[in-house]
Amino acid sequence: MPAVQETVDQVRSLDVDQYKYGFFTEIETEKAPKGLSEDTVRFISAKKNEPEWMLEWRLEAFRRWLTMREPDWARVSYPPIDYQDLYYYSAPKRPSELSIDDIDPEILATYEKLGIPLRERDALLGIASGGTKVAVDAVFDSVSVATTFKEELSKAGVIFMPISEAVREYPELVKKYLGSVVPVTDNYFATLNSAVFSDGSFVYVPKGVRCPMELSTYFRINERNTGQFERTLIIADEGAYVSYLEGCTAPMRDENQLHAAVVELVALDDAEIKYSTVQNWYPGDKDGKGGIFNFVTKRGDCRGDRSKISWTQVETGSAITWKYPSCILRGDNSQGEFYSIAISNGRQQVDSGTKMIHLGKNTSSRIISKGIAAGYSDNTYRGLVTAHRKATGARNFTNCDSLLIGDKCGAHTVPYIESKNSSAQFEHEATTSKISDDQLFYCRQRGLDPEEATALIVNGFVKDVLQQLPMEFAVEAQKLIAVSLEGSVG
Amino acid sequence: MNADIRPIRTQAEQAILASLATVPEGGDRLADLRRAAARSFEENGLPHRRVEEWKYTDLRSLMREAVPVAGAAAVAEADARACLLRGVEARRIVIANGAVVPELSDLADLEEGLSLTTFAAAMAAGDEVLSRIGGIVPSRYDASLALNTALARDGVVITVTPGAAIARPVHVAHVFAGGTAAAMYDRSLVVVGAGASFTYAESFEGADGLAYQANSATEFVVGDGAHLDVVRLQEEGASAFHLSTLLFDVGRDSKVHAFTFGLGAAVARTTLYATLSGEDSHVGFNGATLLKGRQHADSTLFLDHQVPGCESRELFKTVLDDSARGVFQGKIVVRQAAQKTDGRMMSRALVLGDEAEMDNKPELEIFADDVQCGHGATCGAIDDDLLFYLRARGIPKKEAQSLLVQAFVGEAVETVEHDGLREALVERAEAWLAARA
Repeated sequence: MPAVQETVDQVRSLDVDQYKYGFFTEIETEKAPKGLSEDTVRFISAKKNEPEWMLEWRLEAFRRWLTMREPDWARVSYPPIDYQDLYYYSAPKRPSELSIDDIDPEILATYEKLGIPLRERDALLGIASGGTKVAVDAVFDSVSVATTFKEELSKAGVIFMPISEAVREYPELVKKYLGSVVPVTDNYFATLNSAVFSDGSFVYVPKGVRCPMELSTYFRINERNTGQFERTLIIADEGAYVSYLEGCTAPMRDENQLHAAVVELVALDDAEIKYSTVQNWYPGDKDGKGGIFNFVTKRGDCRGDRSKISWTQVETGSAITWKYPSCILRGDNSQGEFYSIAISNGRQQVDSGTKMIHLGKNTSSRIISKGIAAGYSDNTYRGLVTAHRKATGARNFTNCDSLLIGDKCGAHTVPYIESKNSSAQFEHEATTSKISDDQLFYCRQRGLDPEEATALIVNGFVKDVLQQLPMEFAVEAQKLIAVSLEGSVG
Repeated sequence: MNADIRPIRTQAEQAILASLATVPEGGDRLADLRRAAARSFEENGLPHRRVEEWKYTDLRSLMREAVPVAGAAAVAEADARACLLRGVEARRIVIANGAVVPELSDLADLEEGLSLTTFAAAMAAGDEVLSRIGGIVPSRYDASLALNTALARDGVVITVTPGAAIARPVHVAHVFAGGTAAAMYDRSLVVVGAGASFTYAESFEGADGLAYQANSATEFVVGDGAHLDVVRLQEEGASAFHLSTLLFDVGRDSKVHAFTFGLGAAVARTTLYATLSGEDSHVGFNGATLLKGRQHADSTLFLDHQVPGCESRELFKTVLDDSARGVFQGKIVVRQAAQKTDGRMMSRALVLGDEAEMDNKPELEIFADDVQCGHGATCGAIDDDLLFYLRARGIPKKEAQSLLVQAFVGEAVETVEHDGLREALVERAEAWLAARA
């Protein structure tokens, strides 16, 4: 079987050092002293000019964190993290939030290199040439450096700003919703985030407003030995709609860097939130050296009736991914969706999935997960679907497929399906297979080289999920998939 | 799990520890196994919901108290109690209160190629075959099996010589006979030689209203090219506690089918372990569980594909009435060497009762790339369209429901190859439905 042999050979000569966002930007930064203590928490809070209540909130989280234990149930293994050997705050030195021209040109150049236009006129030029308008909040290490289209958004009544500003400007909204979906005590990493989160985006879409453009945050870890702890809070008031995109990259380094984010979504009556992620943190080199440890807590609360939350994720980066975007379907007739593509190559370890918690009547959820494992990686889907006693008429459909490329990788599926209501109807299916020789042969016969053929088949495999991504992202994601699998396919 | 500080021992744990103290010191391998099992229980105790394999069957809280180990049963009572599968033409062995009752067991006139003795006798005689006991070791501590290993004193030991085709099934009837609740443990071993074929049936029963505890384990060693059918019917008393373990070591080119049918007990847990250690073998595990009232039943499977080219098929059906709770956990592991594995696992639950609960956890753990593996799990009420179809043809609602449940369970029961045993199971399912209506 030549195709199989070629796959094996290709995997052997595997080279995953193809990460194109691995550069480092030389800028002056200001950091908190290394290590974690109450002083670090106070330092961050002071840096952000936070009100007293916010500091108290953080300190309480920190004290709680000290009593907690790192979870070990996921199918990932990594050397113990020394939480005292990290910087918890790092910010570019120059003041940046005044206007776009005050931003360190180095940072602007960084984002340009990453393909993220921060100057609105650049973005507008994009429109002239047929692109779509996207408002961007760019987070560089621990601070937000620029948020575009603020004015146009505020005309529509949409609040889109760094969360550190929102704490000062809209304390009532923040107080009401922060920690209401992911409680401070939720889990080890979420609690750590609650104590030391530095920045992130805050979005509030008022009643009946359809957000006029896509919102987006671009996260960049730049500094060495720094952890990034961002916090995102999105609230869609009654009848509102918002689509939000998130992208992430980091330089290539030998050491492991920690990323522990929390994302909270709240959808009130008839509201809809669409949250898309393209996660492309540095995955480490081919021997598993370096790379980001990505421990993320993402949860959406369909608090209102007929509300809808949809998660779409393309996970190609990170040495370790530990991520379970979830939906709490509290409102009657609410809907949750989870579309995921998780690709692991080299020595990457992915343990990702979702939770659909059906509480309200006639709630429905849909899970489509596509895992692709290549190289020496391990790719696990772990998910929970549960219907509580009162979730009459709950419906769930789950489909998780795994594809293995090479015989040194592993693909695992661990679903939990719990039904406590007789009228709940749950369906779950999962398959694991490899790219069939027939398919490869068919493509190659038509003149495609093995790599192209595999990329084509893999793209077909993940099509159901790609279709859920906003247009510009879908194209990007498709390319990303080809790049992630480069060198692994035959 | 990491260093969890063990909470105070429960009353049940203390009682079990007391009976473990009777595990004798001795010199042979079996004695060593027993002591090791007793020690592992001392260390780990009863599993609770934080122990992944017992997540949905929290023995620590379900097993409130441990009852003393049962004494010998009165022959007449054991005979009166053992009713299940009586009409099936089979060689019948009766194990009452954990010990074989020779008066009720058909131990003579064995077919050529069949050797059958009791575990106690084999032990007394120092039978070589007992070296196969403990051959399959679960990757994680299993409290139910550990207790069985430490405390079981009797059971049956069956050897089928290579090439022998034993047409008449052996039926081992497990029964609890006694006036007060007690615990019973039995351990059996079935070795099927290369190219042989054999059918093994088990039944479990006891009086309603007595909170007796049954713990049974059977090990099957299946030789190359052999064919083994296992059929088990569990209809313990309504207050009983039933823990059982089936372990299979499957050789090359062999064919193993097991069907487990669960109707009884207040709390039941059946664990199947299969190690596929010979290439190109086929394993089919099927089961049906019918529950009502506040019954709790857990079927857990571990399939370990270690070699290439094996096929495994699992189909489990659960029907839940009233406020019963059904659990299905199935794990297929495909090792790196096990290329060309073909594994399919399906769990379907039909929920009739408003308060019923179903927990499904089908798992895949795959390290080989050239495989076809899948699992499915569904859970829901009776399809209204199907019900409407039948009612439109003048069939009353209750009857229509019964028909649909029968069809639902039938798909799994049909996989039983032996006609007599299959008919007996269908009859038990019909009786269950009749009692419901």
